[in-house]
Amino acid sequence: MYQDPNIQASAELVAAARAHNITLDPPRMTAEEKEQLLRTYHPDYREDQFELLQVGPNKGEKVPKELAALLQGRSRIDPDKLDLDEPAYDVDVLVIGGGGAGTSAAIEAHQAGANVMVVTKLRMGDANTMMAEGGIQAADKPNDSPAQHYLDAYGGGHFAAQKDLLAKLVTEAPEAIRWLSDLGVEFDKAPDGTMITTHGGGTSRKRMHAAKDYSGAEIMRTLRDEALNRQIPVVDFTAAIELILDDQGRCAGAVLMNMETRELKIARAKTVILATGGAGRLHYQGFPTSNHYGATADGLVLGYRAGAKLLYPDTLQYHPTGAAFPAQIFGALVTEKVRSVGAMLINAKGEAFMNPLETRDVSAASIIRECSDRGNGVKTPAGWAVWLDTPMIELKHGAGTIEKRIPAMMRMFGKYGIDIRKEPILIYPTLHYQNGGLKISVDGQTGVENLFVAGEAVGGIHGRNRLMGNSLLDIIVFGRSAGQHAAAKAQSVTVGKLTLSHVARFHQALEEAGVDTGKISPKLLPTYNSLGKDF
Amino acid sequence: MEQMVNVFLFGKRYAVPASATIMEAMEYAGYQLVRGCGCRNGFCGACATLYRIAGDRQLHACLACSTKVEDNMYVATLPFFPLVKAVYDMEKIKPSQQIMMQLYPEIYACVGCNACTKACTQGLNVMQYIAYAQRGEYEKCAEESFDCVMCGVCSSRCPAGISHPQVAMLARRLNGKYLAPHCDHLDQRIDEINEGKFQALLSELMDNSQEEMRRLYNTRDIEK
Repeated sequence: MYQDPNIQASAELVAAARAHNITLDPPRMTAEEKEQLLRTYHPDYREDQFELLQVGPNKGEKVPKELAALLQGRSRIDPDKLDLDEPAYDVDVLVIGGGGAGTSAAIEAHQAGANVMVVTKLRMGDANTMMAEGGIQAADKPNDSPAQHYLDAYGGGHFAAQKDLLAKLVTEAPEAIRWLSDLGVEFDKAPDGTMITTHGGGTSRKRMHAAKDYSGAEIMRTLRDEALNRQIPVVDFTAAIELILDDQGRCAGAVLMNMETRELKIARAKTVILATGGAGRLHYQGFPTSNHYGATADGLVLGYRAGAKLLYPDTLQYHPTGAAFPAQIFGALVTEKVRSVGAMLINAKGEAFMNPLETRDVSAASIIRECSDRGNGVKTPAGWAVWLDTPMIELKHGAGTIEKRIPAMMRMFGKYGIDIRKEPILIYPTLHYQNGGLKISVDGQTGVENLFVAGEAVGGIHGRNRLMGNSLLDIIVFGRSAGQHAAAKAQSVTVGKLTLSHVARFHQALEEAGVDTGKISPKLLPTYNSLGKDF
Repeated sequence: MEQMVNVFLFGKRYAVPASATIMEAMEYAGYQLVRGCGCRNGFCGACATLYRIAGDRQLHACLACSTKVEDNMYVATLPFFPLVKAVYDMEKIKPSQQIMMQLYPEIYACVGCNACTKACTQGLNVMQYIAYAQRGEYEKCAEESFDCVMCGVCSSRCPAGISHPQVAMLARRLNGKYLAPHCDHLDQRIDEINEGKFQALLSELMDNSQEEMRRLYNTRDIEK
């Protein structure tokens, strides 16, 4: 029972229409309808929210304003005043970031015999991986194939994915599932061992593997446990605040900052893997976010300053179903799996206004249209919303399905007195994923030699929109691959003299271009304290 | 005017909005969180917190990110707890009852006080899953503990010094790796891929024109 009478009245319309709505299969939009919808309503098309970069490898290209301010911000250090000659750490492979990609990379580098170390600005496992709920794709059923997976992802990403990366993603997907399974990840299976798989938005085959709706958490805690069993050194609460190059321009370490004491230390490495994740906590265009506290695009800033190029930094993913009510969970992720298992999107009048399994960008734009021009949104304290009709799930699949398949969602809303088995929930798009990032070749290396990237900090694997379940997949496939390649490359590297001259040059370029954003970067943490003071 | 309540953060009083979570209340009071803040949505276990309402003797445990403040709430965060994590090689251990005895023998010192269960921020039956672990019933232990976010509050309340989340982690890995039914179709698909079965098909897709890819995508059949 919703206390707000307008919300409750609309919820009752939804309940009254449920028996009818459940029989519907709303048609999918045509390619032309989708394109028109995206152009008109998707936040990526709001030109005034973007800015052209004036310095660096992507000069002249557009990025979100908030990102431009950080990419063209000033370093946290004075590059001329730091002594690089006596590094506190000296390793083969330095992994920056302790999420799913970084941890996978560390495990594989360790497996290859490299001396590998992980630095992470919070705790190991504090990452968007931990918060991924719905699942991981792999074409491992008889009616499916890596080619079918490629077609779904390529089309869903608007025919813009870097083809060799996408081919690697889909080809190595089944092996990624087996690797995780062998580590002890508990995938949902039928009694005979068959994987229980569902659709995600934009999939043409049911290839979403899950561990209830804790898929990412289950993967992350298992990877973390494995890294700890291998006794891989993890330096936590320590951020990389600048990459270090050597006198031949190759990446050769990082400047590290203790997040609590602010002490600086130098790490020298033969190869470096950036696995710093996404950018949701930059709150592009004022959107709430489903992202982890540390998602502030640090890796993009570090890589960009060191000379690595970005690909598609202007495309963001707004997850169609962020929690819109109550305020305490505003912006939190309501997993796409809720739709995979049968809930439909319903407007304030109780109408099923779209097919619930369109791709994320199309779904988000459609919800924004419903809440704006069409005037069919539900007014909430924070803005507008539409319904996700969760009680449909148990009407379709029987009582107990919600607790069994989406227990985290039941718990999240239950804490605020909403029983999703009996009442529909209010949702609105939330900033979810950075489609773009640093450009890599198929071995995971950027244009800066010995600088590898994996995970959400990479751009191009998914093109301009990512399908559900392809991010958990990419952190495993490209995380492992980066670890293997960085370890192999490290064997032949002799590090030259360490330098931060690239940072000094970047500062000089900013001055020459007359750019002063007033920001220092990387940002490291969002600013939520009431004093408004940046970290 | 927003309704306000008094909370006592580490004993110091602040007036904060009544609708705030404990985490938001700390930020409202001016804290810049570094420790004790993670996913901000109940999945990562970074923000374990103990609290007591003035006048009430009972100590409560919760996650600061997903618990609303109450008037006269005394709050102490528990951003880190020293859990014991045994080191083991997943390839060498087996899902026998002995393995728990070797790696986490303290579970057999459980006195049955149920303080772990009462303290669990996820409402799990912690003492029950430890009982399953004692008996080597790892599948049941895995299921009962599945929603654990490893915040460590249970262990902070345990007189026997048990690291419950780590015991459950081991049980889940044993279950996932050794006890859950094996997936044959996954092996078959990996064999097919390794034999190069899909290579030609993929190469063809990669070589197609954008127009052809659009046509294939827009006309592909979608499994019901």
